[in-house]
Amino acid sequence: MGLDIRKPIGWLFICLGFLLLGTGLLMPPASYQKSLGINVDFGWGIILILGGIFSLTLSYLAAKKLKK
Amino acid sequence: MHLAPIDWIVLAVYFSFVLGIGYFLKRSTRTGNDFFMAGRAIPAWVAGLAFLSANLGAQEVIGMAASGAKYGLATSHFYWIGAVPAMIFVGVFMMPFYYGSRARSVPEYLKLRFDSKTHVFNAVSFGVMTIFSSGISLYAMAKLLIALHICDGPMDVLRIPHSWAFHVSVFISALVVLAYVFFGGLTSAIYNEVLQFFLILAGLIPLVWLGLKNLGGWKSLKAHLPNPAMAHAWMGLSHAHTNPMGVDWFSLTAGLGFVLSFGYWCTDFLVIQRAMAADSMNSARKTPLIAAIPKMLFPFIVILPGLIAIALTPPVSPNASVPISQSAGVIPIKRDEATGRVIRKLDGTPELDYNMVIPALFKRYYPEGLLGLGLTALLASFMSGMAGNVTAFNTIWTYDLYEHYIHPGAPDKHYLWMGRGATVGGILLSIFTAYLAARFNNIMDILQLVFAFVNAPLFATFLLGMFWKKTTGHGAFWGLLMGTLAATLHQGLTLPQGSLPGLSGGWIMSLETYPSLMAQNFWTAIYAFGACFGTTILISLATKPKPEAELSGLVYSLTVAPPAGEQPFFQRPAVLGVIVLILVIFLNFVFR
Repeated sequence: MGLDIRKPIGWLFICLGFLLLGTGLLMPPASYQKSLGINVDFGWGIILILGGIFSLTLSYLAAKKLKK
Repeated sequence: MHLAPIDWIVLAVYFSFVLGIGYFLKRSTRTGNDFFMAGRAIPAWVAGLAFLSANLGAQEVIGMAASGAKYGLATSHFYWIGAVPAMIFVGVFMMPFYYGSRARSVPEYLKLRFDSKTHVFNAVSFGVMTIFSSGISLYAMAKLLIALHICDGPMDVLRIPHSWAFHVSVFISALVVLAYVFFGGLTSAIYNEVLQFFLILAGLIPLVWLGLKNLGGWKSLKAHLPNPAMAHAWMGLSHAHTNPMGVDWFSLTAGLGFVLSFGYWCTDFLVIQRAMAADSMNSARKTPLIAAIPKMLFPFIVILPGLIAIALTPPVSPNASVPISQSAGVIPIKRDEATGRVIRKLDGTPELDYNMVIPALFKRYYPEGLLGLGLTALLASFMSGMAGNVTAFNTIWTYDLYEHYIHPGAPDKHYLWMGRGATVGGILLSIFTAYLAARFNNIMDILQLVFAFVNAPLFATFLLGMFWKKTTGHGAFWGLLMGTLAATLHQGLTLPQGSLPGLSGGWIMSLETYPSLMAQNFWTAIYAFGACFGTTILISLATKPKPEAELSGLVYSLTVAPPAGEQPFFQRPAVLGVIVLILVIFLNFVFR
């Protein structure tokens, strides 16, 4: 249908990941008392970015394979 | 619940992607085939995740977490017994008939296999049910947003009175779903369902991780549960009185695991539509099998939060006077909506508001940022549930009713136009249903019961239709009616323990009392299936079946098995089915 869903998934996760990562960097450590003192925004942000990159890579490889 | 600007930004980013997908797909949605069947071009993994997500409304996420807190790990039977075996069956055995026949919907299969009266009966009842489910989804989402006071901040800024919160929530959610289904049709709904699936994972996994970490791991969680049986799926199921669900192993496996589960996963067009949109027969057959793998793991994301929440909620004594502002632990105490009074059980113990498990855990563990992601996941699941119903409705209305019985023979463009019109109509009707639910709770309960009665016997009709060539249209139609009648009578003659005659049953007279509502529901389904099965066989034997030539591709014995193709051995549907079955047996064994 002209759209590989892995692309929007990848970009969405990268956007959300950077938003969380940025929040994690800017917020004072006291804000993370709720999450047992762990800066979950930072950690989960990185995981989301990696997930997004993985999804985009799969999409890129699939497009390359199709071209061949 | 207070949302920080970053939480709103996370929500806004998600909504812009959802609408962007709908807008992008508008260009490639030019024919009825594109709009209603996604051009039959969806890869197996996408169709599989959409198959799963269409069923994953927020009522499911919130309801399963609530059930996990109430009944424990036994709730996983709704996945391991009540879903996965049926998903294997539909993929391996039934999909060749749905995909291979010329049918564009499940009711249309009934027209090809049987006759118009069975077709109309199923199409109308299913169409009404989709609107009802979609409206309930809207209603539940609005209620959640109100309970969490999420809209209060923006409404203050825009100077909208708080009493309008219900209207604002209902209309904004309905507009978003309308926008992406209207433009992109089924493809847009499917793509958004996949997006929503990953968002639900992203929003809920940290919750489980933080909860387990807080409690000190699985072993420590088990030690904190009010009842050790809550950490086991099968403990106490030898008898209905020895487990909190009040069901025994027979009614669980026959009622839930066979009749209800197969009736839903094998015949409900809402989910089957996703598989019918797959790019090949092989992909269509693999769709439910691919969906079954995350499905069997979902208890760890939706039920485990319930267990965590109950472990963090100390038991409340019956005589405790609970101040209005105070809750017993993570799970808040249930209060009367109008008066704010604490609702108590018969022994005086305050009732817990189990539906608030997930939001309460968000509140406890999630900082700014992650809170936005968690709420986005909940909203995403509400919308995927609603969009699934709307796409099923527009297809049933346009193809099954409008094209067959109202305006046949029109050009494809006309039906595409009608499909978009039906999307708008379906959403308007859903909004109306949401208001109906808000005003008359009883009407909704009655409707829900009626649909349960109509659905309960359906699997018997499909089973006989697909696997016994002598089944006739008269047999199928009267079987369905007798099955529905049997369900109605059974419910009217029995009562769950502790309930008064009325909607819960016993409205004719009370001949038998079941230990729980769940047990009564399972037995209602068993009787409905039995009555439909028996009546269909008897009437089919007395009436003339269709000629065999007309049944090719519709009945097992008259259909050539689909070729396995060139795929690797382990990717063949039957082999995948066996692998999925072994995995689910393993999970049942580990958490027995």
